[in-house]
Amino acid sequence: MTTVSSSPSTPAELASLALRVREHILRLSTDGGCFTGASLSCADLFVFLYTRFLRIRPDGLQDPERDYLLLSKGHDVPALYATLVELGWMPPERLQNHLKTNDLIYWHPNRHIPGVEFHSGSLGHLPAVGLGIALDIRLRGGPNRVVVVTGDGELDEGSVWEALLVASAYQLDNLIIVVDRNHFQANVRTEELIPLEPLVPKFEAFGCAVERIDGHDFAQMEAAFSRVPFQAGKPSVIVADTVRGKGVPSIEARADRWFCNFTHEEVEALVRELRGEAQAHLTSETLTVR
Amino acid sequence: MNYQELIRQTALNDERIIVMTAENRAVLRELPPVLGPRFLDVGIAEQTLIGAAAGLALRGRIPICHALAPFLIYRAYEFVRTDVGIAHLPVKLSSWIAGFLSEANGPTHQAIEDVALMRAIPGMTVFCPADEADMLAMLPAIWASPDPAYVRLIVRKTDYTHAPFEIGKAEVVAQGTDVTLLVYGLLFDEARQAARLLEQEGLSVGLINMRSLKPVDEAAIVRAAQESKRLITIEDHLLTGGLYSIVAEVLLKHRITADVQPLALEERWFRPALLPDVLAFEGFTAEQIARRITLPIWV
Repeated sequence: MTTVSSSPSTPAELASLALRVREHILRLSTDGGCFTGASLSCADLFVFLYTRFLRIRPDGLQDPERDYLLLSKGHDVPALYATLVELGWMPPERLQNHLKTNDLIYWHPNRHIPGVEFHSGSLGHLPAVGLGIALDIRLRGGPNRVVVVTGDGELDEGSVWEALLVASAYQLDNLIIVVDRNHFQANVRTEELIPLEPLVPKFEAFGCAVERIDGHDFAQMEAAFSRVPFQAGKPSVIVADTVRGKGVPSIEARADRWFCNFTHEEVEALVRELRGEAQAHLTSETLTVR
Repeated sequence: MNYQELIRQTALNDERIIVMTAENRAVLRELPPVLGPRFLDVGIAEQTLIGAAAGLALRGRIPICHALAPFLIYRAYEFVRTDVGIAHLPVKLSSWIAGFLSEANGPTHQAIEDVALMRAIPGMTVFCPADEADMLAMLPAIWASPDPAYVRLIVRKTDYTHAPFEIGKAEVVAQGTDVTLLVYGLLFDEARQAARLLEQEGLSVGLINMRSLKPVDEAAIVRAAQESKRLITIEDHLLTGGLYSIVAEVLLKHRITADVQPLALEERWFRPALLPDVLAFEGFTAEQIARRITLPIWV
């Protein structure tokens, strides 16, 4: 089994794909909205993982040797749907069903949508669920890797560290934790509320092998992911520094642009801004806390 | 045959079975060498226990999660609800020392709201065997079911010979026209002796070992309500959400008015002590049960 065929491979191709993914995310940020900022921060990671790393095919979910991607923060699911649409796994018209009762596309993942491994939204769960999957892979013997994408605010949850202790004890080097380190939790900067740094030595102290990269730099992603597991017998952790709202300067790194519900006009302006045109003028309410 | 031996035989015959614990190995101590990597001890980490069980179940396994009742389901409640419940995974919660069985541990260890919490989860099934033999009769069907399950374990022996078990069916030990005792778990034996005492006083006494609290045997409850003048629910559980609540819900659903007297814990934890003393202090010995319900309004 190989990576998705005809997948983009050059940084320019990946960037072009990521741009389209971000446009989908912006178009989901209206008529009820979504967690725009937190989806934009991990869009490049999802694009990279699906095209360059994960051995998953839409028609191969029963393949016993396939990899797993678990979205632990959950509210980044627009980035996943957008990626699945761009890779042809999900019909694009299905995004029109966002928040509608005729489909299951809402603010957090539903595992009955092909490509979604498990539901999430309650933070700190999927490191443990991923641990269980990794344990079974170890039991049966297989090349599968389990990638769990967490938020950084999510690291406040003790269950993340509990699962890491156990993963380390069982020497699960088929488990890869990717931290979307966008430096914000819901409404504030992480370091202003519950400081997380220094993160790398924290993970190392929990028995993991750790790399820190720029989560928007495809070359750095390639270099890091091509070397997992970083160390035999240890879970790998990739701390990916990202920018919340990445790609759209008017909402980048802003505490009040976590959940966004823009007007249609604002969305069009933001899409133009994403493409490098003039900065959007935003008047819609900020910080719609859910 | 005992609990550990049943697990051993079941697991050796079915490679889907994974035995997991949060370092509560006392009654599983012979399993690690037998099951090898299919015995997983995650340490004192109940949230990880349940989350990992969900992950294993996603891969086709049937995890039996053995831990002390309060930590298994209270510490990890949201993991049970969210990872096991929402996905309706066949994770089997083996709950050790629930109810009065926590004896002298104190309120931290008292699982006396477990039935209420577990049955509140959509799709979760709830079972409370009366004694070791009853438990051994029930567990194979519970483990074979595709549903998530919560089981109050019990390894106490009684001299009662139980009928075969079927999920959703109560064991009607006796039918009576004056009073019917509805009971589950370790209080079955006390209730059985209480029934004898009441019969000696000339009453016609029914006795039902509920066994399966969710799904519950509605027909058995309805029939008892129609045949007896009074129903007595007996449980080492809070009054809210346990058998008394279940009976009330069933009777209301079937539009039956009945005289129901609950013997349960009302808005407090029980006095920690060794089991015989707990029963005596809380009023759940056979004699006390009989006395508490021989204030009959029908005489």
